[in-house]
Amino acid sequence: MSMGRLPWALWRAQIIAILRLEMKKTFITRRGLWIYFLALSPVLLYAFHSFVQLKNGQSGDLGEDTHLFAAVFQFFFLRLAIFFGCVGIFMNLFRGEVVDKSLHYYFLAPLRRELLVVGKFLSGLLAAMVLFGTSTLLQFVAVYWYLSSATVQEYFFHGHGAEHLAAYLGVTLLACVGYGSVFLAAGLLFRNPLIPAVLVLAWEAVNGFLPGLLQKLSVIFYLKSLCPVAIPEAIALDRGNPLALISVNPTPASPATAILGLLVLSLVVLALSSVQVRRMQIDYGAD
Amino acid sequence: MNGQEAGRRIVFEDVSKFYGEVLGVNRVNLSIPGGITSLVGPNGAGKTTLMNLMTGLVRPTRGRISVLGISPDEPERLFHKLGYCTQFDSFPKGLTGYQFLYSYLRLSGKPHPVADRLAGQAIERVNLAEAAHRRIAGYSKGMRQRIKLAQALCHQPSVLVLDEPLNGLDPLIRAETIALFRSLAQEGLHIVISSHVLHEVDAISDQVVLLSNGYVVAEGQIHGVREEIHEQPMQIVIRCDKPCDLASRVFQQDCVVEARIHPDGQGVLVKTRNAERFYLLLNRLAQGGINIESVAPADDDVLSVYEYLIGTEEPTK
Repeated sequence: MSMGRLPWALWRAQIIAILRLEMKKTFITRRGLWIYFLALSPVLLYAFHSFVQLKNGQSGDLGEDTHLFAAVFQFFFLRLAIFFGCVGIFMNLFRGEVVDKSLHYYFLAPLRRELLVVGKFLSGLLAAMVLFGTSTLLQFVAVYWYLSSATVQEYFFHGHGAEHLAAYLGVTLLACVGYGSVFLAAGLLFRNPLIPAVLVLAWEAVNGFLPGLLQKLSVIFYLKSLCPVAIPEAIALDRGNPLALISVNPTPASPATAILGLLVLSLVVLALSSVQVRRMQIDYGAD
Repeated sequence: MNGQEAGRRIVFEDVSKFYGEVLGVNRVNLSIPGGITSLVGPNGAGKTTLMNLMTGLVRPTRGRISVLGISPDEPERLFHKLGYCTQFDSFPKGLTGYQFLYSYLRLSGKPHPVADRLAGQAIERVNLAEAAHRRIAGYSKGMRQRIKLAQALCHQPSVLVLDEPLNGLDPLIRAETIALFRSLAQEGLHIVISSHVLHEVDAISDQVVLLSNGYVVAEGQIHGVREEIHEQPMQIVIRCDKPCDLASRVFQQDCVVEARIHPDGQGVLVKTRNAERFYLLLNRLAQGGINIESVAPADDDVLSVYEYLIGTEEPTK
């Protein structure tokens, strides 16, 4: 069948139907409260930082805060908050329904299972992006909140502020795409989410020491290459900081290669997940 | 079987399913025509496994299955033609009965007006209109059973697979549901039902598949299956005005194994190894002044066939 003759309209309608069902589950859930906390914790941290600066009447240093933001974004937000947030959101897309014994609802519909993967992934992505994208935006506001409006306007409209914000939002989106695809696949293969989470976390941590080809099989490799502000060596290497080991990116990819590489990696993982879902059997008794 | 014929039947060709070391079903060969087919057998016989196999929820370890010519590996085609009411008593969270059906129809690709109309019709058909906009989480067992039935029906399939569909229904709804199955079968649907309640199976089935320990023990119309059980003499009840006379005459016939007065004293229960010959003889015996009111097989039903072939393992009579 040629591409033109494929039932795109039907597929689009089916994906929208999946999104409608999934959004309710992904956004409104008590089980997911910890993800909200994870996403908003850096905002609270920056708000506190700005509050202290204001209270002490300090004028602050925009450059220093920009580097602080870069460090927290890479060390905490990307590697922990988005990472574990995606564990919580994406691993439950299939796994959660097996546990709730409700996956057969989808499997009994005249629906290509590949579309189910796409629909569920998009719903997870939308939830993750709303949560972590909003968090990135709020973090950016909170970290510079105490500075004078003139300094902030200068940074945003005549400096790199807007460009950095766009880049951080882009990296947040790509992180959700990358980790989302990985943990959606992991949810199909593992019953216990801790096992893949620890394995992927370890793989991402040692990424900088791997041969070039293996580095490309990680999400963080591409994300680090896209972060607009490099972590200064002063933060990374001084004082015997163990985080220095994971902040190093000896051979960063160009932005185009990084974006394309991450998207290809995610597509391959999603394609493999589709094959797995196509073969999947309903056997709730085994869980 | 040619392709055209297979396109009208549910076909299992040498199908086996193992769950690890555990046998689900083994070497099943079936060709199920239209009408109501009941899967009968004790717990663990393989009824649900057969249903899950024909709907693609589980995959065979060996063999091939086709439902009206479609492989269960193609859910995008199969479920336009098939509806499955499973035994799973779990639902997507937070949905009302109406939303449960409406969302299913939207997943099937139906546009809003069609999905809305079909959901409404299916809800009416299972008498759940009053509870349609209440959350399923608050439904009784019988209501949940009915909304699952409505889901299986709502997209107007040609094949209905119903796993214990009468479980949890009160007697009135049970009777209505059985009538619904009958009317659907008359509309030309294939209906495959599993049930523990043998007298209900007997009342509604056009054919039965008897399962035991993962094997098909017998299949076909009950009468035909009964005739194949040569080890057990056929039982016939003859209602007449002079049962003692008839019993003594009948007992002299060499094809008769046993003849005894019916417990109510209004007839004779005869066991014979050759029913056809006995029926011919009966015409002659009746000419001797005995007024015969009725002649009917006494063990030509699912319950008897079940007991002869499987034993007295648990099902509800």
